[in-house]
Amino acid sequence: MLHTLSFGLIPVGAPWLPVAFALIMAFIILMYVLLDGFDLGIGVLFALERDPANRDVMVNSIAPVWDGNETWLVLGGSTLYGAFPEAYSVILPAVYPLVILMLMGLIFRGTAFEFRFRAPSEKLRRLWDWGFLAGSVVASFCQGAILGGIMQGTAISNSAYAGGALNWISPFSMFCGVAVVIGYALLGATWIIWRASGPLQLAMRGYAKGLGVAMLGLFAVVGLWSPFLNPDFYHRWFVYPGIYATAVAPLCVLVLAYFFFTHLQRKDVARADKIPFFCALGWFVVSFGGLGYSIFPQIVPPGLNIWQAAAPLPSEQFLFPGVVILLPIILGYNMFAYYVFRGKIEHGAHYH
Amino acid sequence: MSIMPYLSSPAAINVARSQFGFVIAFHIIFPAFSIGLASYLAVLEGLWLATGRAVYIDAFKYWLKIFAMIFAIGVVSGLVMAYEIGANWGGYADKVGPILGPLLAYETLTAFFLEAGFLGIMLFGMERVGKRLHFAATCLVAFGTLVSATWILAANSWMQTPAGAVIGPNGQFIPQDWVKIIFSPSAPYRWVHMIMACYLATAFMVGGVGAYHVLRDKGNAVARLFFSMALWMAALLTPLQILAGDTQGQNTLAYQPAKIAGMEGDFTTGVQALHLIGWPSVSQGKMLYDVAIPHLGSLILTHHWNGVVKGLDAWPKSQWPVVDVEFFSFRIMVALGFAMFGLGLLSLFLRYRGRLYDTKWFHYLVMGMAPSGFIAIVMGWTTTETGRQPWTVYGMLTTAQSASPITLPEVITSFTVIIVVYALVFGSGILYVLRMMAKPPGYNEPPPAEDAPLRSHGLVGGKMPTNPAPAE
Ligand code: HDD
Ligand code: HEM
Ligand code: HEM
Repeated sequence: MLHTLSFGLIPVGAPWLPVAFALIMAFIILMYVLLDGFDLGIGVLFALERDPANRDVMVNSIAPVWDGNETWLVLGGSTLYGAFPEAYSVILPAVYPLVILMLMGLIFRGTAFEFRFRAPSEKLRRLWDWGFLAGSVVASFCQGAILGGIMQGTAISNSAYAGGALNWISPFSMFCGVAVVIGYALLGATWIIWRASGPLQLAMRGYAKGLGVAMLGLFAVVGLWSPFLNPDFYHRWFVYPGIYATAVAPLCVLVLAYFFFTHLQRKDVARADKIPFFCALGWFVVSFGGLGYSIFPQIVPPGLNIWQAAAPLPSEQFLFPGVVILLPIILGYNMFAYYVFRGKIEHGAHYH
Repeated sequence: MSIMPYLSSPAAINVARSQFGFVIAFHIIFPAFSIGLASYLAVLEGLWLATGRAVYIDAFKYWLKIFAMIFAIGVVSGLVMAYEIGANWGGYADKVGPILGPLLAYETLTAFFLEAGFLGIMLFGMERVGKRLHFAATCLVAFGTLVSATWILAANSWMQTPAGAVIGPNGQFIPQDWVKIIFSPSAPYRWVHMIMACYLATAFMVGGVGAYHVLRDKGNAVARLFFSMALWMAALLTPLQILAGDTQGQNTLAYQPAKIAGMEGDFTTGVQALHLIGWPSVSQGKMLYDVAIPHLGSLILTHHWNGVVKGLDAWPKSQWPVVDVEFFSFRIMVALGFAMFGLGLLSLFLRYRGRLYDTKWFHYLVMGMAPSGFIAIVMGWTTTETGRQPWTVYGMLTTAQSASPITLPEVITSFTVIIVVYALVFGSGILYVLRMMAKPPGYNEPPPAEDAPLRSHGLVGGKMPTNPAPAE
């Protein structure tokens, strides 16, 4: 049963806990990408939006929630560590410089939230704005490049990383880095369309249009490129029964594109303001699904699968109930926090 | 599988160790302050709700802004920790992951999300959710910080006094009994000592800020409140902390005797003197310039005049901890502990004489002692961690086996980047916090219901929010 349902991806008789944890990991990473994606995107958009009052609105729209969003990254790290320690201990050294850079980027942007309001002079405040922008761009780029680096394969021997310090550098990983920066910017722009009004919202509609077109282009490139990174991926996408998935993914992308572009310019109905944001989220879900479909059940392609990397059974048994019980509760009170801070951010609040 | 040293050179391991020490010593200061401040804020808000006196909410608002800064720095510096374990210590991560991974994941699930989820409401939500729910949010954040400390201390204590796990055929630890892992022999002691340390460090900081403003304006009711509350904490908690430290020492003697020998500077087994000061020479294997009180060392550790305590000569030199660092950091902590105790006694005396707010030299003294708790915390951790060497998991996994296959240039580069970024970012952060502390607390301000939110977060159809920078 499991076997037929899984398109042959899961070997017969394989233990199911690692599969469950793989799904949990996927969920956590997806939550992180969607949530921190839009707030990192706000930082990236500082490159386009220079008006200080607008920038304040943008930052205020995420100030009460960004910390919760970033916590998914911590959860991702610690769950990977707890459930797949070998993967954790291989991936981090393999992309060591990217990880350090990403963390430094996150430090700059995380503290800039507070510091830009505390800076004693206008000049310093500019500087922190710049730090917010640079930190967000660097962190987003590194996340994409890490993903690309992992996708293209990692050498392992004796349970440890066996490659060089810079093996992750390749056209594909660089491309993924750029793609994630653009994708996050799109999430950020559509979030602002939802949460702001007036000229700022109008400007964001413009940016979102360009970014949306760019996203479609990126989809085409990744879709054509990644199957050729690894014969396994190719097999999965272009040979029966995978060919079904090959058809479904682009279809979803196009349907979402239709809704995205038709609602982007609808200024008459306020309800339509949130549609582009959810379409952009949808695009991320589709690409994420495609990615998972490419690598599953590998966790560090090409050589390490989820059963090899899994922690000993007692660790998984201890962690599993906690995750299953606590994740819904966490989702609940996080939604409550979003609900408390709902509504449009007032404009014209800064002429003081 | 053979035990292979992963890192290319011992030099790389040493740089990685320094890097880890730097990063975590930096991190711990901010969570310690957050743990203390969060509870303090909950107490202040509770007192305000109970009595309705404006002075409490003024004090609350003053520290809330500072808390926001401290918390942000704590979070991002903690994020570095979460990933550095894997990046610099891949061997460790692989082998210890089955134990520490679930503990850290539970910490995130039960504590970090709780803190992050309600932090927004605590900082910006007073207007939106009302007083009671807001108070609930403050309490939840405070509770979250304590839960977080509990898990991370369980993790660290397990590394100090491992229990409930065995090493499997592939070198990985395999959990046998989670209760034993979480409540490893040193965990309860460490918890009590560390939580009190957080409260004490915060109290001394709050007291120092209070003293600074009382010196400038004796009539400032809020500053007097800081000063008085902090000194009560100092007077009551410091003796307990010293007691807790002594008990913890006994526990360490039972489980990590080599650490105690290094801490005390005892090189030879026998009846030990208490070395007040001196220079522990590892190469010569004895104390130089020793000033010691005979028998007192044995008396403290064994509670017997002639108790025999193992010295470092009971172990081969390769298993000695980092004796000199440990020896001095321990002394600094203890000295600060007694200084804090003395200050607490003085405050009781001055309070009794009714001169607490008029004794200027005492105010300067309290100001000078403001950072003492944080210094003691870092010194305490340095003692604990250097005393565990050469093991990462005491007696089971060595530091050399823990390293990642990264090279010396990589670690040096990353360390340099980290130092530069930390100096820049956190240096400015600390400056901003000091500037905020230099501003006198306002008193008799209108209660927040009539006030603007900390940072404008426009209400739909509500009243106009004020400027985004918090009104100072
Ligand atoms: C969860 C684990 C954990 C926790 C809570 C701490 N440490 Fe630690 N520490 C380690 C896990 C660790 C480690 C990974 O096990 C290290 C890295 C290399 C080593 O030998 O141990 C270490 C080393 C290490 C060193 C270098 C020791 C040496 O090599 O001589 C210092 C100075 C500290 N730590 C300081 C601290 C401080 C100030 C802490 C207070 C918060 C702290 N550690 C908590
Ligand atoms: C290796 C050791 C450690 C790691 C890996 C670590 C990891 C982290 C991480 C990832 C965060 C950010 C969480 C978020 O996003 O909200 C954090 C914050 C925090 N940490 Fe640590 N930490 C370590 C040591 C400690 C210690 C020893 C304590 C206390 C005894 C502590 C207490 C806290 C608290 C209370 C916070 C909440 C943020 C704050 O209050 O500033 N941590 N830590
Ligand atoms: C004079 C009294 C004190 C004594 C006798 C004492 C004793 C100890 C001992 C024996 C340890 C090492 C634990 C181990 O072996 O792992 C320790 C650690 C520590 N101490 Fe103290 N201490 C004292 C005062 C303080 C003060 C005043 C503070 C802070 C405000 C403090 C903060 C710490 C911290 C943070 C640690 C590391 C965490 C831990 O292992 O619990 N100590 N202390």
